[in-house]
Amino acid sequence: MKRLLTAALSAALIASTAQAQQLNFDDPAEFARQRELLTAKANGPDGEPWAQHYGDQMADTAKFKKEGPYTICFSNAGVNNAWRVTGWTNMQAEVKLHPEIKELIHVDAEGSDDKQISDIDDLINGGKCSALIVSPNTTAALTPAVEKACAKLPVIVFDRGVNTKCPVTFIHPVGGYGFGIQAGEFVAANAPAGANVLMLRIVPGVDVLETRASAAKHIFKEKGLNVIGEEFTEGDNAKTKSIVEDYLQRGTIDAVWMDAGATAVAALEAFEDSGLPLPVITGEDQQDFLMKWKAEGFKAIAPTYPTYQWRTPIIAAVNVLKGEPVPGPEWVMPQPAITAETLDQYVNDKMPPLHHAMCGCEKLPDYPAAWGGQ
Amino acid sequence: MIQQTIGSAETPGTSRSGRFPKINPVFFVLAALLVAITLSNPNFVEPPGYMNFLKRAAPLAILAAGQIYVIVSGGFDLSVGSLITLTVVGSSMLLNNNADATWWVIPVMYAVGLAVGVINGLVVSFLRVPSLIATLGMMITLNGAAFMWSSGSPRGYLPETFRFFGRVNIQGIPLIQFLPVALLVLLSVGICLFWLMHRTNLGRMLHAIGDNPRAAQMSGVPLERVRITAFVVSSLSAVTAGILLGGFAGVSTDVGVGYELQAITACVIGGAQLLGGRGSVPASIAGALTLTAIFTLLNFIGLPKPVRDVVQGVILIVAVVLATYRRNRAGGT
Repeated sequence: MKRLLTAALSAALIASTAQAQQLNFDDPAEFARQRELLTAKANGPDGEPWAQHYGDQMADTAKFKKEGPYTICFSNAGVNNAWRVTGWTNMQAEVKLHPEIKELIHVDAEGSDDKQISDIDDLINGGKCSALIVSPNTTAALTPAVEKACAKLPVIVFDRGVNTKCPVTFIHPVGGYGFGIQAGEFVAANAPAGANVLMLRIVPGVDVLETRASAAKHIFKEKGLNVIGEEFTEGDNAKTKSIVEDYLQRGTIDAVWMDAGATAVAALEAFEDSGLPLPVITGEDQQDFLMKWKAEGFKAIAPTYPTYQWRTPIIAAVNVLKGEPVPGPEWVMPQPAITAETLDQYVNDKMPPLHHAMCGCEKLPDYPAAWGGQ
Repeated sequence: MIQQTIGSAETPGTSRSGRFPKINPVFFVLAALLVAITLSNPNFVEPPGYMNFLKRAAPLAILAAGQIYVIVSGGFDLSVGSLITLTVVGSSMLLNNNADATWWVIPVMYAVGLAVGVINGLVVSFLRVPSLIATLGMMITLNGAAFMWSSGSPRGYLPETFRFFGRVNIQGIPLIQFLPVALLVLLSVGICLFWLMHRTNLGRMLHAIGDNPRAAQMSGVPLERVRITAFVVSSLSAVTAGILLGGFAGVSTDVGVGYELQAITACVIGGAQLLGGRGSVPASIAGALTLTAIFTLLNFIGLPKPVRDVVQGVILIVAVVLATYRRNRAGGT
């Protein structure tokens, strides 16, 4: 019996590693596709990128048609960083634009796969949901839960993905490769030949972050840049600053590439405190970084993973429940980068330092108070 | 009984004249690590090298110096990490980008720390909840409070006046070029806590309680009051560490994560006994510097991150084994 158990356990372990190996974060075809999308023209209303999409493929939703008012349920991976806080505020504001929505039920998984799996179970069993929106915590772990939900009601996935085609649509901006390409190409074009690049990443294993790093590495290799290190900061300012200080003691850093810019200011402070000129850096659309960029005028780019994408699942859910077709099985929307030329449009000292500028929220109800602005 | 305990806990070996006074091995380990760092990166002997190191180690060192009070008295304080987070997040919310508010925000945070310490102490002393559980509960509560307060994203920011303590270097000092304010904070807190633990009656009572609470109580030590004081010292050190960390790098919502375990590890590396009765402030500070030195050395060697984690873990276990080995030998003779 014991032996049998051991065998079963090892088989399960092998199976799970096989699953992990299936997740491929270095896919040349996807890299090329996203590179093209970055400059492609999107369909949909001008100036409303959250309602735009690439391609013509639509998902038929006639079978989900239902009389209102609707209860939309949302299983959220967490509200555990500033990006998600801005996004979650966007989503709540978007709901106010839709009188046919009676209620938005929000369950926060607090960054835990287990909790999110049981959250989704609870939402299905509660029987109140007209449609379910999921922002998965991690890709592989949430796949079975999403599949289970698909059997009961229309499911819309956004932000991070799952390994199943069962949701009505999967909403996301161009993607991690696109982000990595925008940042990587900027560094390659602005740093001296053979420059030393320090790569700062948050955590390993999240698809949208892994692909950012793999795309950038691809470009650095192509252009002959020297990657002097690849470090995980866990999104912590103190850790980020310490890491950069240590690298500065070991040698020169010409450029800092980041897979997410939340800690970009801390990285820059390490240079300041060491009395060194600021490097070429890639950040994100967080206000503190944009303000510093404007004030100091260093060479930078802010690729974004726009928080306006949090508006789209609500729009999609309402359309699905009305039986109107939506872009599917994937709803890919534009993913702009903020450059020195467009910086001024996004800097806003009335907004809090951790606000994400690419929120598409300026015309939503309760702006800017709901986002903490003045 | 008490006097004897103190004698053996504080300066083991001094009673046996003619032998070398035993120096805590943590100081040798620390020295060896510093030499290794210098070999792997000669820049370390320049002021920016070691001053940055000390500046970065200061929060953990202060935290360990506070934690040792609770450990010596026979408990743990797991709530310090979340108190650091609460200090950073709370300060940023209260300051709300207004530099002039620093003068009252810092005392408010110390008041919060005081309250947390008193509650921890009361729960452990009077409700008889083991400190591990009591402070674990406090940790979860404080994390929740920080999260509720900021809804995951602090709205304010830390102005330069607040960041003074953790970030600014006083320039133009002869010989060493500059002096980080954080180091001055560490020195003053360290001396204060050293004096309180090793030169006052409170320190003796702490050791006595940790060694044998019943015996201590019977010989007239006010058990509850001393325990509460230990938790208060630990909490106030956490607030100080939080102010330095917030100053060093600005607001993060998870700035304090893991610090409680690092502080306990630092104390153990410094030779503290986890069940109480033995430990010293300078050795705990040295333990914290050792821990930071391990992190720094592994960074300098430039091993890939997973290898570094493995090496770091093994070094920690070895350091604690060495500390335990030494203690057993000392206790046996």
